[in-house]
Amino acid sequence: MIEIKLLPLIGNFAENKDIARDIRIKKVIPALEKGEEITLDFEGVESATQSFIHALISDVLRKYGTDVLDRIYFKKCNETVQKIISIVVDYMQETE
Amino acid sequence: MRIHLPNSAFLGNIDPFIQAFDRSDLNKLEITANKKWISVHPVVLSMVVALGLTLNTKDIHFEKLEATSKHYLERMGLFKILGLKSEIRITEHEPAGRFIPLTKIDNSDGLTEFITEMIPLLHLEPEEAAPIKYVVSELVRNVLEHSRSDYGAILSAQYYKKSNTIRIGIADIGVGIKKTINKSHAAATHLEAIRLALMPGITGTTKREGGTEFNAGAGLFFIKSIATVNRDFFLMYSGDAMYKLLKNKPNEKHIRLHADPFKDRHSKKEGLPEWKGTVVGVDISLDSTKEFSALLDMIRETYVTTVRERKKEKYRRPRFI
Repeated sequence: MIEIKLLPLIGNFAENKDIARDIRIKKVIPALEKGEEITLDFEGVESATQSFIHALISDVLRKYGTDVLDRIYFKKCNETVQKIISIVVDYMQETE
Repeated sequence: MRIHLPNSAFLGNIDPFIQAFDRSDLNKLEITANKKWISVHPVVLSMVVALGLTLNTKDIHFEKLEATSKHYLERMGLFKILGLKSEIRITEHEPAGRFIPLTKIDNSDGLTEFITEMIPLLHLEPEEAAPIKYVVSELVRNVLEHSRSDYGAILSAQYYKKSNTIRIGIADIGVGIKKTINKSHAAATHLEAIRLALMPGITGTTKREGGTEFNAGAGLFFIKSIATVNRDFFLMYSGDAMYKLLKNKPNEKHIRLHADPFKDRHSKKEGLPEWKGTVVGVDISLDSTKEFSALLDMIRETYVTTVRERKKEKYRRPRFI
């Protein structure tokens, strides 16, 4: 299990898509490729944009299918962040 | 080009200001102003700067200001950002709690830094700050990713105590919405391009539902939704077209989000003086800022339903003979 603490990387407002893409390419995808489980730790992140979450996970869902959600854990998300993640996961499933 | 700063131009009454914009002779800019009083939305100033930054300082002529409110333009940094000398003398105050001066943002890290610094300047409570940070991030990132402008995004904002509203204006001199949308979708006019850009799941980067790994085509729909739910104005002007989301009536209890912006209470115009790029103005009332998380529930429902319906439209049908 790999745990990625997001706060030091993105600050308390997760909006920088370039950083989201870097996290996905350099950390999330390599871990999944190795067959590992991942925890994305949102502790301290107050809010996020849909664009950030999309850049972080949409390609993962598209590449590996929604079964990948069994291997990704979203930890300590507040209500707002949970809802934005849910929106992205929902529409990605609708567009599969 | 010639642009006139009128007595009053806010999102509700901005149409005459836009119609009066004269874009003949692109090699110079003449800025004139009302002689008595100038009271304008930040989007007006962002537009002036976006035009001015494409020219050398010597090609910008700013008519001597007589209006008693001319200090406002100095305070918002209009002359400074354009490199113009101003004869207006003001006592500088800390900008905290009142406004964000005209700022050029031309890269991703610069935007992140700007958002961090912006909220303390506006002295907002966390629940008030959430939609404002969201709006600024998504709108400026749109400029950085799609406008192909050499000058980035020009942003300014002002807090209005009387209406307890933050007014934000962002302008760019890029390729405009139609050119961006047309890369993947057929929009015959600038107005149709604006309409498509505001629909959830439509992006110029791909025809594919769900977008690319980097763009979903949702940012503008989110912003329009924030404005709809909070009963605020939202304006987009690109090419010769303008779309304006009008305020919902205060007595309207159940507000619905529409995927199609033309189904919202709105006004639209075509045949306006062509704006090479995109202008966005938005008002965010702090009185009626709905809890952001409740708004997200509405967005989720509308978004998913829209994508599902659009997908259904593409279903092949059996042919019964």
